Parts: sequence; C-alpha cells; structure tokens
Amino acid sequence: MARFAADAPTRGGFSFDLCQRNEMLLKKGNQLPTFRKTGTTIVGLVFEDGVILGADTRATEGPIVADKNCEKIHYMAPNIYCCGAGTAADTEAVTDMVSSQLQLHRYATGRESRVITALTLLKSHLFSYQGHVSAALVLGGVDITGPHLHTVYPHGSTDTLPFATMGSGSLAAMAVFESKFREGLTRDEGIKLVSEAICSGIFNDLGSGSNVDVCVITRGQTEYLRNHQLPNPRTYVSSRGYNFLKGHTEVLSTKITPLKSKVEAAAEVDAMEE
Amino acid sequence: MDIDLSAPHSMGTTIIGVTYNGGVVLGADSRTSTGMYVANRASDKITQLTDNVYICRSGSAADSQVISDYVRYFLHQHTIQLGQPATVKVAANLVRLLSYQNKNMLQMGVIVGGWDKYEGGKIYSVPLGGTILKQPFAIGGSGSTYLYGFFDQAWKEGMSKDEAEKLVVKAVSLAIARDGASGGVVRTVTINADGVTKNFYTGDSLPLWHEELEPHNSLLDILLASSSPEPMST
Repeated sequence: MARFAADAPTRGGFSFDLCQRNEMLLKKGNQLPTFRKTGTTIVGLVFEDGVILGADTRATEGPIVADKNCEKIHYMAPNIYCCGAGTAADTEAVTDMVSSQLQLHRYATGRESRVITALTLLKSHLFSYQGHVSAALVLGGVDITGPHLHTVYPHGSTDTLPFATMGSGSLAAMAVFESKFREGLTRDEGIKLVSEAICSGIFNDLGSGSNVDVCVITRGQTEYLRNHQLPNPRTYVSSRGYNFLKGHTEVLSTKITPLKSKVEAAAEVDAMEE
Repeated sequence: MDIDLSAPHSMGTTIIGVTYNGGVVLGADSRTSTGMYVANRASDKITQLTDNVYICRSGSAADSQVISDYVRYFLHQHTIQLGQPATVKVAANLVRLLSYQNKNMLQMGVIVGGWDKYEGGKIYSVPLGGTILKQPFAIGGSGSTYLYGFFDQAWKEGMSKDEAEKLVVKAVSLAIARDGASGGVVRTVTINADGVTKNFYTGDSLPLWHEELEPHNSLLDILLASSSPEPMST
C-alpha cells in the first residue's frame, strides 16, 4: 500500500506481502487464476438537461462470456451513477464502497451528494492502491452546481469532459462520439448517440457484446433504461420449446430429509426488564 | 501493435513557464495519453494552487493531480494562518517537499509559477527527484527536448506581456509539431499584479511549421460550419 509522507498511518487494506512469492510462482510456470473482467464499452455524455451514461452488458472470463447480461451502470447516489470497466469485482466493490460513504456523508451534511465528492473519494482510494485496483470508471451526475461527467483511471487520475468512453471498446465508441457529438443535444438525440456508440463497441470489440444499457440523469430525475436495446437476440430458438419430461433424466441416488414442522418455545419465559 | 488501455495515464507533454516584466506566463499543450491512445485531447495541465500561483503538470497524471490537490489544501491552510496570499516561493517549496520525500513513488515534473507582492513574477522548476530551481524561464515534459536550442536563441530578459505570451505559444506549437506525445490546443495562463488571464489557442490559429500541411476537412472546419461556435469547453 502506498504510504504518503503526508498521511496518517494506514489501517488494514490490501497486503502486498505475497507479491514476491506470486512472482516467483509465475516464473516457475504456474498461471494466475483468471478473474472476471468486463471487456466493456462504457460511455457518457453531457446533453442540454444533464448527463447520459451507457454501457454494454457482457462480462468475460478470459475468452469465455461469463455473464451475457450483467449490469455495468452502478448506483452511487440518487443523482449520481457510475459505469465501470476493468475487473468486475474491483468496479463493484469500489462503487459500492463509495456509494455507502456518500450516503453517510448525506446524513452528516443533510444535503444532496455532489459528483465532485464521489470523484474525490474514488480518486483517493484508487491512487492509494497504485493501480492494483483495476477499475476504470465513467462517473456522471447532476447536482446543485450542474451536470458533471468525469473519467477515473485505475491509477487515480481523472479527466473532466463533455463526452467520454472507457473500456476495450472505447476506441470504437469514441470514433462515433468524435464524429457526431455536439454541445446541447436533446434527450432523444443524446440517447440515440449513446446507443450508437455502445453498439459500435458491441459489434467491433470482442470484449463487449449483448445489450445496451442507458441511464439518463437530469435535475430531480434519473431514468435507468435497463436493456434499452437488444441488438443480439438469440437465433435458432426451438419453436416447439424445451420439454424435460419425467423419466428423461437418470436418477443416481435419493435422500429424503423430513423438515421439522414447528419449533417448540420454552414454557417459562422471563419478561424483559429495564 | 495493440493499444494498451491499462497503461498508466501519462502526460507526454510540453510545459513552459516564462517570467516577463511584471509577471509570468505559463503555457502547456493539452494531450493526455494512455500508452499510444490519446485519452484526453483537451486536458488542462495548468492547475490552480492559489489565486496567484499556478502549476504546470507533466509526467504521471495521477501523481501530479494528487500532489496538486495536497499542495492546494496545505496552501489554503497556510493562507488562512498567514492572513495574506501565499508567496510563489512557499508554494513551490511545498511541491518540492512532497516530491522529494516521496521520490520513490512519484513520477512527475512540474513548473510552479505565479505573482506575489514581495518578489513579483517568479518561476520555479521542480523536476523528477524533487530538486527546486528558481529560473527566469523553465521548460519541461517530453516536448521540451525540442525547445532548449529555441529558448537559448529566443529568450530575452525584460520582455513585455504580449512578447512573452507570443514566445510561449510559439514554443509549445513548435514542440507539438515534433513531439508525438504533445498535441491538442495550446493553453496559457498569465499571472500579474492585476490578476489571472487564461487563453487557449486552437490549431488553426497557430502558424504552420516545416512540412506541415494546411488542414483539409478538419474536424474544426466541420464543427464551425454546423451549429455550435465552440467545439469543446472544459
């Protein structure tokens, strides 16, 4: 863990003690277990009334698609959402953690959360893990100071942009944005452009696929359009349907455990006393 | 060659700080790269530390952003305790202390510049390792290698504000022409007794250097021809 001369001593967190041993094992020929990554195309743009976020829905484990319809747009606050690319566990964990911190902050201050707060919390967490928490995020929201869109990189650096893309499909999506984006898009134009950019990632990047999720955030209202587009329907579905009749599956063994139907309470119960 | 999108965000960069008769002019390009991909083509590398002191950042984007945030925080406290604006010397030394004490972990080279009522306009360079150097002008970043000879010939003591700004813009533009890791727009910040002025110069307002061609059907033309007058604002 990176120790800063200006920080107080750290409590807990990732222990780097085994890193040398892991490197030695790698050299010997052992392979690290693959973890689930979100290959991903995630995008965000600022339109006239707020922010629109978009994401694909494919989660990969090496070359295998582990989840065909995962959710990459994470809730941070009622007015702030965050798309995550990189290691799925890292993006889930870090967005969950900051979301909880934001809620505690809302209770303490009595105010709506600001996007810059979420940004600072994410950036300082990721920086202190020096890039080992592999989370690349597109953070967007609307607060009292207006609409905001930021990108956060695994090493802790951030950018503030009117449109942004991240993930393995970011180049395909950025090509769409660079040619079609302009300031002051309407809601429908914005959703259409975001969907186009995600579709570009879905069809041109192997790490992205399946469906398009969109999230529209405006002052006072957030709309999460889960599976806004389904451009990859399942082909060759049997029209007769699938029927698994009794007797088709071989039973290897049977064990029956009767469940107790009620729990006996103790006869004499002491009343609670102050 | 595959683009490595998980490479740390670094600012290839060209950064410049120049003193003139009455203040300082800071200049930078706007390209932030992740490996061979341009992650942000319009970044602002000249960050505010106080009302009268700014810092030009180069090297690792994460490291320089975090250090700037810490220094801004310390300077804010210092200003409250002191009861008056912080001096450029103090700001630069705070950057230097954090840079030197964490030299094993950090990879950043910066130029701190500003104006205070005691010393006037001053430029301090804090490169890799955490040295601090007071200089009449400073250059940094990967694009600066192409500017050493240029400044040896073009730099003069006691320039006016316009001369200094023109020099900075010309220099960044020359570096952008030769350095692959620098590009985008040229941003300048001028700090003097009257306050702070920020400018940005897009490619079409800069002169064309050796073997550079006229832009043809560039994005800028397309955008200016359609609706919005300003393509991107940060």
